[in-house]
Amino acid sequence: MKYLDEFHDPALARTLLDDLHRITTRPWAIMEVCGGQTHSIIRYGIDQLIPEEIEMIHGPGCPVCVTPLEVIDKALAIAARDDVTFCSFGDMLRVPGSEADLFRIKSGGGDVRIVYSPLDALRIAQETPERQVVFFGIGFETTAPANAMAVHEAKRLGVENFSMLVSHVLVPPAISAIMDSPVTRVQGFLAAGHVCSVMGYWEYDPLVDKYRVPIVVTGFEPLDVLDGIRRTITQLEAGRAELENAYPRAVNYEGNKPAQAMLADVFEVTDRAWRGIGVIPQSGWKLSEAYRDFDAEARFDVGDIEVQESAVCRSGEVLQGLIKPNECEAFGTLCTPRNPLGATMVSSEGACAAYYQYRRLDDPKVHR
Amino acid sequence: MTDTPPNLEAWTCPLPLRDYPTIVLGHGGGGKLSSELIEHLFLPAFANPTLAGLGDSAIVDVGGTRVAFSTDSFVVQPLFFPGGNIGELAVNGTVNDIAMSGAQPMVMSVGFILEEGLPLDRLGVIAESTGAAARAAGVELVTGDTKVVDQGHGDGVYLNTSGFGIVPEGVAIGPDRALPGDVVIVSGDIGVHGIAIMSVREGIEFGTVVESDTMPLNGLVAAMLGASRDLHALRDPTRGGLAATLNEIARSSEVGVEYEERLLPVPEAVASACGFLGLDPIHVANEGKLVAMVPAAVVDDVLAAMLAHPAGSGATVIGRVVEDHPGVVVARTAIGGSRIVDTQIGQQLPRIC
Repeated sequence: MKYLDEFHDPALARTLLDDLHRITTRPWAIMEVCGGQTHSIIRYGIDQLIPEEIEMIHGPGCPVCVTPLEVIDKALAIAARDDVTFCSFGDMLRVPGSEADLFRIKSGGGDVRIVYSPLDALRIAQETPERQVVFFGIGFETTAPANAMAVHEAKRLGVENFSMLVSHVLVPPAISAIMDSPVTRVQGFLAAGHVCSVMGYWEYDPLVDKYRVPIVVTGFEPLDVLDGIRRTITQLEAGRAELENAYPRAVNYEGNKPAQAMLADVFEVTDRAWRGIGVIPQSGWKLSEAYRDFDAEARFDVGDIEVQESAVCRSGEVLQGLIKPNECEAFGTLCTPRNPLGATMVSSEGACAAYYQYRRLDDPKVHR
Repeated sequence: MTDTPPNLEAWTCPLPLRDYPTIVLGHGGGGKLSSELIEHLFLPAFANPTLAGLGDSAIVDVGGTRVAFSTDSFVVQPLFFPGGNIGELAVNGTVNDIAMSGAQPMVMSVGFILEEGLPLDRLGVIAESTGAAARAAGVELVTGDTKVVDQGHGDGVYLNTSGFGIVPEGVAIGPDRALPGDVVIVSGDIGVHGIAIMSVREGIEFGTVVESDTMPLNGLVAAMLGASRDLHALRDPTRGGLAATLNEIARSSEVGVEYEERLLPVPEAVASACGFLGLDPIHVANEGKLVAMVPAAVVDDVLAAMLAHPAGSGATVIGRVVEDHPGVVVARTAIGGSRIVDTQIGQQLPRIC
């Protein structure tokens, strides 16, 4: 398949790996920010193939994982209402709230639907004007433009029974938070290619300057990830800290200007809580004043829901790269994909789930 | 007959209630939730050694003859999909479950649960295809049943089929019979049915129409047995996809299974649809494919027989059965790494981005 098969080529992978083994002279710790990249690394066994000196730290870039428990509980409260049709991307349905997940709400009679685009939810709203249709608008800059478009269209078309529960998060403030942490070990970043296809990568120039870390915009196929790692290590070995684009077939410096304009119109920057990490200032988007009427949180009066995270779950430390998933006491015992304690064990992009799915064989702690 | 009331207080639900105290859709997804429901709730309630084998069909002794007996229910939406409809799916499903024991299906029953308001012409088309599929598979539909439920209590048509066939002398096929050294063959392209259904159910178009692969496999199995009676395990990977089937065989036979990802026959349309939706073809449903574990000594003959049969024209070797890591399926990835391939928890969920 064009643009896909080429990036799985075993011979080219071997060349990149040989290169990487040749240039790596000492230990390095680099973080892939995006959950999609974590998935690729584990799915293709990349971390087994790269030099032992290179430690891949799995970053907080899984939208499902970082959506706060509080927002999940709000979603559950809204979805359980008789008058609501609650639409979501598929992998949010199994994320545990305090006491249930969306599957259980559905099983109890809630009208919960998996959609593939927020515009599908808008269409459902148009087709069922007697129902309140709510879309669960989560994710990074990648999913945000389509969500913004859905709200924009709802306003333009006057679809008053449509609203959105928004919990968008942003990559650059997360990178800042990680680098500002006194215990961080991260020496370089693979930036998330799909985020940059929307936002460009001009936002990362100040980060490279401020923290003196290499940031390499990286894609998602195995060769993309290998190339991103190789370029980061090349910089580190040479003592350089620069911004590079290893994903030029999808990303340019400026990004998608019309999408950015739409985002600036529909959303405004806000402080945002990240599950397991806490509040990061100016790290998310909420609906802007002009679109506040479409805010599900206000419409259904769930603003006062507050909750506590599991005391055992160390997903926050996993998401900050402080521990590996299998270093958590609950990993594979109290916490499995079947009984997840934290969202990192739920989403297929979550670091804990990726470890559990693909890595158990080497892990004596985990039995079938 | 004694009239002892059931002791409800002594009954404890063996399912971990803290997860799902009610049935969720995932319990029907062919993944871990499905098998837990069967193992913890149905098996203890029905307790008998034949059921405990958990094959696609049960093998029962009837007057010295081994009979393969199976049942399957169909609740597919939509009723009509590219490449077929619920009628032929229902026939082929049970035909294939029987065929996976090496038996030739002989007779079948069909039960229709109809929703009030279903147009008769739609039912007519479904009945016609049900009959045509049975004739194509060489089985007779000899008994049936019809029930009607109130509007809103069904999705137009639900179907159940049951059937049986006789297991030939000298044939001993079962999910618990795979041995280290066996070669793993799949009969053709994987993931086709699941993507065909998804393309119409979710209104997603992939450029090319993907048609369901629903077809009877009893002819193919007969051809394979013609080449060698020494087939160890056969299974048709439906819900849960090839991953669920390989895991079932690995667990039942207490062996490891390894396959090469690059050897998996995945059609381009399925690969791109899966890439787009964040699904893995190894977990996507099939309705006209089988996976076989056969001894290395007979693999050439069996493969040649499969390739000569229309239902096996895409047959190919994907891996082997090993002694290491019993109960675990391992994929060798395209770039030379490896990973564990597990059964899904419930249904496979499309990823967010």
